[in-house]
Amino acid sequence: MTNLAVKPKFKSVKRQERISTISGYATLVIMSIIWLYPILWIVLSAFRTERNDQGELIGIVVSNYFPKAVGFDNFVNLFNNTLFPRWFANTLFISLISFVISTFLTLSVAYVMSKLKFKARKTFLNVALILGMFPGFMSIIAIYYILKAMNLTQTLFALILAYSAGAGLGFYVAKGFFDLIPNSLLESARLDGATNFQIFVKIILPLSKPIIIYTALLAFTGPWMDFIFARVILGETNPELHTVAVGLYMMLYGSQSTVDPNRFTMFAAGSVIVAIPIVTLFLSMQKYYVEGVTAGAVKG
Amino acid sequence: MNDVNANKQPMIQKIFSSILKSIKSFGYGIYRGLKRFVLGVKKRSVRFAKRFMDGSIYTKISHLIMGFGQLARRQIAKGLIYLLIQAIFLFIFITSPTVNRTPIGFKAITNLITLGTVQGDVFTPTDNSMLMMLFGVVTLGLFGMFLASYLSNISSSYHNDLLLREGKKVATFKEDLAELFDSRFHLTMLTPAILGIIVFTVLPTVFMILIAFTNFDAQHPAGQVLFDWVGFENFKSVFTGQGEVAVRFFPVLSWTLVWAFFATFSNYIAGILLALLINKRTIKFKKVWRTVFILTIAIPQFISLLAVRSILSEYGPINDLLVTTGIVNAPVSFLGTANNPITARATVLFVNLWVGIPYTMLMTSGILMNIPTDLYEAAQIDGATKRQAFISITIPYIVFVTTPYLITSFVGNITSFNIIYLLTGGGPAVGGGYKAGSTDLLVTWLYKLTIDENEYNMGSVIGIFTFLITATGTLLSYRKSKAYNEEEAFQ
Repeated sequence: MTNLAVKPKFKSVKRQERISTISGYATLVIMSIIWLYPILWIVLSAFRTERNDQGELIGIVVSNYFPKAVGFDNFVNLFNNTLFPRWFANTLFISLISFVISTFLTLSVAYVMSKLKFKARKTFLNVALILGMFPGFMSIIAIYYILKAMNLTQTLFALILAYSAGAGLGFYVAKGFFDLIPNSLLESARLDGATNFQIFVKIILPLSKPIIIYTALLAFTGPWMDFIFARVILGETNPELHTVAVGLYMMLYGSQSTVDPNRFTMFAAGSVIVAIPIVTLFLSMQKYYVEGVTAGAVKG
Repeated sequence: MNDVNANKQPMIQKIFSSILKSIKSFGYGIYRGLKRFVLGVKKRSVRFAKRFMDGSIYTKISHLIMGFGQLARRQIAKGLIYLLIQAIFLFIFITSPTVNRTPIGFKAITNLITLGTVQGDVFTPTDNSMLMMLFGVVTLGLFGMFLASYLSNISSSYHNDLLLREGKKVATFKEDLAELFDSRFHLTMLTPAILGIIVFTVLPTVFMILIAFTNFDAQHPAGQVLFDWVGFENFKSVFTGQGEVAVRFFPVLSWTLVWAFFATFSNYIAGILLALLINKRTIKFKKVWRTVFILTIAIPQFISLLAVRSILSEYGPINDLLVTTGIVNAPVSFLGTANNPITARATVLFVNLWVGIPYTMLMTSGILMNIPTDLYEAAQIDGATKRQAFISITIPYIVFVTTPYLITSFVGNITSFNIIYLLTGGGPAVGGGYKAGSTDLLVTWLYKLTIDENEYNMGSVIGIFTFLITATGTLLSYRKSKAYNEEEAFQ
């Protein structure tokens, strides 16, 4: 990292450095094991097919870490005996639409707040700050009743609205990014007769790939991770309307009458199917994600 | 940089004085806001009167019939839009159409005050107090929007007057549209976002705040039993600790603060140490190590936390390991020993490290790469050793740059929901309280009170308290952050 070329003068210094390197690797290896352990546990559970004396699958958490029998039985069960494919389709539908809407709203507010000067700007910034300080799901009940008054509850459309309508408030990180685009660039475009709309589309957007990807990534993965909004707005009773998060959560901790403790391995199988695309997405967009997190955190 | 080193004041005293300061500035902010509001109203009414007197006859008629000034100047489309707005608003306001047996419009305003009068029986349905309140707020909101377009109608007509007086032409509809993509582009861009925010953030928030002043609870289900305004009763009962719900308030509040404090600092310190370790010159495969930790961010929390929950359960692999190796005699209940909050609390704090360290690590890694190298070069010229450079450059730099993050993550931890809800569900239960277990934070308790128990009013009071805490924290960080103070410097 830093090239402080203070060369070690004594052997002991060199040895000391080697010890610290080795202990560094040891710490990293131990930490990696701890961090990967739950993930491995889910994957192993998904593929375990130990059977009891009656020949039924044992779905409950079993204490031996490595499975004694492996196979795809849990996945087969998941697809044949639950509505998982339906939940997956629901979630995909919701996240595809809501990520387009939220990305558009977030970026447009961020651009306006960063690059345009108008009267109510400061007021809007302050109001947005104050609104952001209320716990999000304090208003979840009210949102539920508003949607109900519009006769929208128990539709996927309601959930799309709930996820994306408020997206305009999450503009801070993107605004911070736009702030760094030099104004001189915009001014010279303006001298050439470009309108603010053209500046946004032809100058700002092409320069903002990292932040667009960051915003879109968070908006797209949101519906796959949330189970609070989905549970309240779509209700718990109609399994046709679950998202993957609600469906899988209810599979483990649903209402007592329908709960079958032997479902952990099936839950794990579902989790693996959900996690694979999300993790792939995250890892391939890692660069942009890290950029966004760093920018957001440091600018405050 | 010197601020960090000149840290002679005791930490506690510093924290207290800055909290006091932020409360003071919060109060001052409210005072200033009110003052500005009164002045604004005064200014606007003066302008309103002036425009009425000064404007042409068309503008004067526009005060009664919206769009008249535009129609008279052949701005047909614009005029018709204004006229339509007025027609729709008056229609709704006067006829008070009902949705789900509850009127919106003029009647909704009186309903907002009474919250319903008909306690029904077998034959007549009860007034739905909750919908009445909601629609009352909606009507007020509609009225606000109407007022805004009414004023814009006058100002646009008056603007035409001025243009004509100077011998200029009024804008055509096409020119107006073109403006929406240039000098008024902010209107075009903000309108959809603001509409969404009003309907799905402002309206629900206002509504929930109002509920804190009612007796809307499990004994008063909406549509079956009327509820009514009770003033500050709910707040009083929380402060005096009376009532089934209120008695648990202070224990939950103090655990929330303890949790936020430990969760923030443990993640912060451990995350920075991890980042320093990975970025050490001698450590290879930096990308691999980083990816391992990013992996845990990428996996949805309901999956990873439920996995952790099953690993830590009484028959899970950890207990199996502990029992077979003879470290303990019987399985340890990490997440829920009744009447022993310590184990569960320690466990959630530990699991929180698992969740939180990767974020801090990522952020600190970014900062480490951005430390200006000239700082090190200068240190080297002065004959500083690596260790000295590390202690007096790297560490202060990180601390300096991440202070705002520290405060935001404290605020974030106060409202952290997933970890508690998915791991312990707030449990283990405690006797004598109302549905608040020993790991319940204010937010998980709020969720349970409203969703599971229908104690809406108390849930709302707790939400307001959470807001006050996070608001204090956010103001503290916002005032200090570069984003606020140097906002113009970037431009």
